[in-house]
Amino acid sequence: MSVAHSGSADARRSGQFVGVIFVFIVLLVIAAVIGHLTLPGLAPVWHFLGAHPILNALVKAVVYVSFIALLVLFLIWWERKFAGWLQARLGPKHVGPQGMLQTLADALKLITKEDITPAVADRPLFYLAPFVVFVPTVLTFMVLPLGPHWIAQDLNVALLYVIAISSMTATGIMAAGWGSNNKYSLLGGVRAVAQLLSYEVPMVMAVLSVVTFVGGLSMRHIIDYQAQNGWLILKWPLIPAFLIFLIAALAELNRTPFDLPEAESELVSGFHTEYSGMRFAFFFLAEFANNFFSAGFAVALFFGGYLGPILPGIVWFILKTFVLITLMMWIRWTVPRLRIDQMMGLCWKLLVPLSLVVFILAAAWASR
Amino acid sequence: MITDTTSRNTMTVNFGPQHPSTHGVLRLIVDIDGEIVRSCRPEIGYLHRGLEKMFESRSYRHNIPFTDRLDYLCSLANNLAICQAIERVGNVEVPERAKYLRVLMVELNRIASHLVFLGTFATDLGATTVFLYAFRERELLLDLLEAMTGARLTYNWIRVGGMPADIPEGYGERVIAFLNQMRPRLDENDRLLTHNRIFRARCEGIGVLKREDAIAWGATGPVARGSGVNLDIRKAAPYEIYDRLDFEVPVFDEGDVMARYKVRIEEMRQSARIVEQVLKTMPEGDIQTKLPKIFKPPAGEAYSRIESPRGELSFYLISDGTPNPVRIHIRAPSFIHLSLLQFMAKDIKVADMIAVAGSLDPVMGEVDR
Repeated sequence: MSVAHSGSADARRSGQFVGVIFVFIVLLVIAAVIGHLTLPGLAPVWHFLGAHPILNALVKAVVYVSFIALLVLFLIWWERKFAGWLQARLGPKHVGPQGMLQTLADALKLITKEDITPAVADRPLFYLAPFVVFVPTVLTFMVLPLGPHWIAQDLNVALLYVIAISSMTATGIMAAGWGSNNKYSLLGGVRAVAQLLSYEVPMVMAVLSVVTFVGGLSMRHIIDYQAQNGWLILKWPLIPAFLIFLIAALAELNRTPFDLPEAESELVSGFHTEYSGMRFAFFFLAEFANNFFSAGFAVALFFGGYLGPILPGIVWFILKTFVLITLMMWIRWTVPRLRIDQMMGLCWKLLVPLSLVVFILAAAWASR
Repeated sequence: MITDTTSRNTMTVNFGPQHPSTHGVLRLIVDIDGEIVRSCRPEIGYLHRGLEKMFESRSYRHNIPFTDRLDYLCSLANNLAICQAIERVGNVEVPERAKYLRVLMVELNRIASHLVFLGTFATDLGATTVFLYAFRERELLLDLLEAMTGARLTYNWIRVGGMPADIPEGYGERVIAFLNQMRPRLDENDRLLTHNRIFRARCEGIGVLKREDAIAWGATGPVARGSGVNLDIRKAAPYEIYDRLDFEVPVFDEGDVMARYKVRIEEMRQSARIVEQVLKTMPEGDIQTKLPKIFKPPAGEAYSRIESPRGELSFYLISDGTPNPVRIHIRAPSFIHLSLLQFMAKDIKVADMIAVAGSLDPVMGEVDR
């Protein structure tokens, strides 16, 4: 009986796999069509909007926030599906095709849920925290080159901007941990901030290695360099830089093996223990948007960003990013969690010295 | 609950009774200094049902279902322990085939219990996927136990003087098929978890219980064997047919969380060996001794001890010749192991405390009774 059971489950799972791949391809085709159409077709519209600075900013903000929201909806579904396969189960499958609308249903539930504030919470901090976490995340997308024409603002100090803005989430997490007036939240907040600040150092060093290599802080510049000289991951001093970046990104995203700030078995769910409804949804949104950003940032820095043959740039970008995100998910659902001192030791005793060495190597290579 | 804070830097935190990692309704009152646990006091009683008192107002046979609710992850071990105590005080002989059946069922249940340990312990350390792998196996095992007993958790399947029914047709083949499927998956688990560097860094050298302490505090079962105490009631005081079976008792000397984990994983393999031998050598014959409808054992006392998945499980029983027992006391291994926590989880990190508590594998139904 048991053997027969598992056999049919395997069959069902492979059927699902085909379905999910199909859905993914459909999404990519839609993205490709949009990527082709937008600019030539809507050039007069863009021109009009671009002429007016405030309108321009507004339109970009709306487009980007909805883009992020859609991405996150897809990412959450994909994470649940992927985790399901890793864990010998099916994942969501009832709401919509292949369970794709499950996230939407969950989001609707979160919106309609009562927004509970603990009686003893520090209200201003408690109310503000989710947005202090969410807003910097959205702001980082501003410099992310999704495609050759898809970059909201090509800052000449883009990398500096990303590093500065993304550290701001630590403030929000600390505020959430303190404002909830809950001991688990406080512990989670303290852990999160310690972790974020520590892992910022090797991450910045890894990014700086790329900067010395390319000789510029602008995203466009980095992609152009890769268009001429090949992906940066193929230059040997930058392979360790990428690995350091990946580990630091996992830590910044609070993902296993670095999910200590929300370690379920220790701190219930860390700094967002007391949050419910829409405020919790904002933390969730920020987490997945951050995940996409980190992967997309790595793709832009090391994997040639939107560069690729035949297909439009945005499709290549999203494809590469999803491959990287899936790698992160794979790690997340495979390994256990580190202890706080082990995590800090890994950062300060291994990654920081290593990233300094990599930086020097990259600088030496670049100035040959 | 008021705790005196030893210094101004400590914060008192409750882990439980509602907390994702406290295995039921265990409450740990923890004084933490930053990330370091300064003191950890287990608070029990949230599942107290007064079972030992309830035993006194019911006849011997009526008491067996209550024991299902003790260690609910291995209820057959409790059934076996109380039946042995009753049989001893009433001088009841158990037919040979019933003894084999008992061992078969208890060992299958031991595997199921250790699989729950594996899943929950891995989850305590953040490896969520292992939980689902362990429960996938346990689900198939529960199917097997259900095919035999009709229940998935509270089996109530051992009677005074025998067993209620024989195994269904083709049961042996199904059990063997399951074991053949489970063994490679245990090896797979070794590759995924046991040899994982993060897992080992989290487990090795953590929560060390010295051999002398294990003996002094009355630790038994995997906790004692993880500390180098070679004590297994199945070998030390063989009951049923264990003296005729060929199996090994895994003992590790380190005394840390990892040793206790490895003991349990190895025990699953040994239990599989036992089950195979039992199926091969089981004789034909009766499975139940004839006993009067109203069972009145002579006045006297009896003590039974068996090796439950958690350790030495004992029932002490006093009879005065009436249909109801005068007193039944349960020596629950989880209760004794929980008392170890107060000094094992001292001056270690919060995450280690969770690992140590998980490695003791307490079942609150047994602790509170």
